[in-house]
Amino acid sequence: MNDSQESAEENQRIFAILEREASRPGPLLPVLHAIQNQLGFIPEYAVPIVAQALNLSRAEVHGVISFYHLFRTSPPGKRTLYICRAEACQSMGARALESHAKQSLGVSFHGTTQDGRYSLEPIYCLGNCACSPSVMIDKTVHGKVTPERLDELLAEESGPEHGKA
Amino acid sequence: MNSLQRNQGQSMARHSTVRVFVPGDTTARSMGADAVAEEITRLAVKPKGSVEVIRNGSRGLYWLEPLVEVEREGERFAYGPIEPSDVSGLFAADFLNSNDHPKALGSTESIPYLAAQSRLTFCRVGITEPLSLEDYQKYGGYKGLEKAVGMAGDEIISTVTESGLRGRGGAAFPTGIKWKTVLETSAEQKYITCNADEGDSGTFADRMIMESDPFVLIEGMTIAGLAVGATQGYIYLRAEYPLAIEIMTKAIAIAYSAGYLGKNVTGSSKIFHLEVREAAGAYICGEETAMLESLEGKRGQIRFRPPLPAVKGLFGAPTVVNNVITLASVPIILAKGADYYKNYGSGRSRGTLTVQLSGNIERAGLVEIAFGQPLGQFLEEFGGDTATGRPIRAVQAGGPLGAYLHPSQFKTPLDYEAFAEIGAMIGHGGLVVFDDSTDMGEQARFAMEFCAIESCGKCTPCRIGSVRGVEVIDRIRNGENEHMNLELLRDLCDTMIEGSLCALGGMAPFPVISVLDHFSEDMRARDPKRT
Repeated sequence: MNDSQESAEENQRIFAILEREASRPGPLLPVLHAIQNQLGFIPEYAVPIVAQALNLSRAEVHGVISFYHLFRTSPPGKRTLYICRAEACQSMGARALESHAKQSLGVSFHGTTQDGRYSLEPIYCLGNCACSPSVMIDKTVHGKVTPERLDELLAEESGPEHGKA
Repeated sequence: MNSLQRNQGQSMARHSTVRVFVPGDTTARSMGADAVAEEITRLAVKPKGSVEVIRNGSRGLYWLEPLVEVEREGERFAYGPIEPSDVSGLFAADFLNSNDHPKALGSTESIPYLAAQSRLTFCRVGITEPLSLEDYQKYGGYKGLEKAVGMAGDEIISTVTESGLRGRGGAAFPTGIKWKTVLETSAEQKYITCNADEGDSGTFADRMIMESDPFVLIEGMTIAGLAVGATQGYIYLRAEYPLAIEIMTKAIAIAYSAGYLGKNVTGSSKIFHLEVREAAGAYICGEETAMLESLEGKRGQIRFRPPLPAVKGLFGAPTVVNNVITLASVPIILAKGADYYKNYGSGRSRGTLTVQLSGNIERAGLVEIAFGQPLGQFLEEFGGDTATGRPIRAVQAGGPLGAYLHPSQFKTPLDYEAFAEIGAMIGHGGLVVFDDSTDMGEQARFAMEFCAIESCGKCTPCRIGSVRGVEVIDRIRNGENEHMNLELLRDLCDTMIEGSLCALGGMAPFPVISVLDHFSEDMRARDPKRT
């Protein structure tokens, strides 16, 4: 498949999303979520298409994408590991867990491992504070995660790809 | 076995179906509840009599999750925390019929942590199957709406006002007064919006309601809609809560098909539509005007006030913005009356407070109690020791913008005004416990760092002040001009408090000041050996 065919197909997917979501009041966030759910991220080429369909400027669309922490503009790894950095998790060792994760994956926050298996992201509260510290792998939350338990989870989670959070 | 005996056996089995409850909320699942439920289903084939595994909501006794319950003659008996490897032992101990197991906790309702609570807003949470409308109705659900459909808008609002209900999101503004403003502002379209962007660390009450009793939020929002004349509602729900999004969305679909939402709410010819809108991970969108901007599809930057959202809110229309717990408290107030609710509580803090106890504590969980119990007594009675067994160093109340309380302040009663008097806040009810190994200087630094990450950028004191705050704290901790920088830090905190447009920049200094005031030994040059 050559590049132009591929991009025509991808444009089609974005048009389909716009057709479904654009008529809602205040449609931009639902549209961006739908694009990210389908493609794993919001590619650069989607910005002018979305802007035109919603009668917004490209700057406005870009401004929204860059404002929200959970929208991403580059492809994620096969899975995303979110580590909670908030206070309840801090009280139970989240800082040590964070350095352990960075070390064992060999990446910093917002990075993706070289083999493309994991992206590492910070997150500020999963509402799982009573069983701190917590991490989320794609959409699955894990509680009372020690560094050892994290290693197990990262090794275990090699099944079929989950949806992206 | 002859055929008669066999038939008897089968009919016995039919009648002796035992209901076993394994919670399906995020926290129970994060501790392995799914694997426990699967294991029970797998092993239940072996003994006589069939077992029905029900995925209920969580009781909120989170240190016991996964908490398995067995129903015997209408009473539920608890076991916990149960790991998948415990399940064969439970069957071996005949847990369906007897309480003889090391992890048996006896009757669930008699567990002191639960027995000492006044569960009003959370009356069904953990008892019912979240998406069973039948369960919801069986346990008093939709009684409030039934009354509300027969009442005028201002009657509903007076009931809410009289109950003393105040916003449970943190600001504690009287709910009835907010609703009255929306009612009295004339407009063709009005909105009910639910702020379910529960971003404060140490809070999970909103998540519990949405995952464990979603219909109560739908009912509360519908009543709000009837009260003020709004026909459309939005639940702005954080993306960090994927399970809550899934359950709320399903519950809304069920409520539509049962006639509780739509063009003819319970046959009253009144209209109320509701949908979930997924947030995208910006803490500031928990601030009401930023949330409205986000719902409109914009950057979540806060708006100047006035106009208040109640006058000019979503898409410029009069809008109710309430927190999940506030809206979820409305049905019981309508069902049982304002007095019933008002009779709980102390001073101007009426009704119940849903405390979310977490962090470094033995018994973390949700505690719904009347306002007024002293903090220290509360921690002892419910929380027990720290999880690490070390002494408590501090408790952060009210989320990342809340003060760190020193043990000398633990006699403060849990009510809005008493907390305000000591420069603290109850906020959304989160209490996060830290033990004595905590570096409080690091906690103060994090408050500024978090504010810098989450600032919407609209006003300078917050956007720039938070970044400078981190730098100044680093200088103090590196031993650079300690005395001068401590003074500078106080000045900076003042500027942020006085000059910021909203609570993020205006309150992020509170945890910092509390560390300066009560834990000053940690706000000085660090011992290089300690790092």
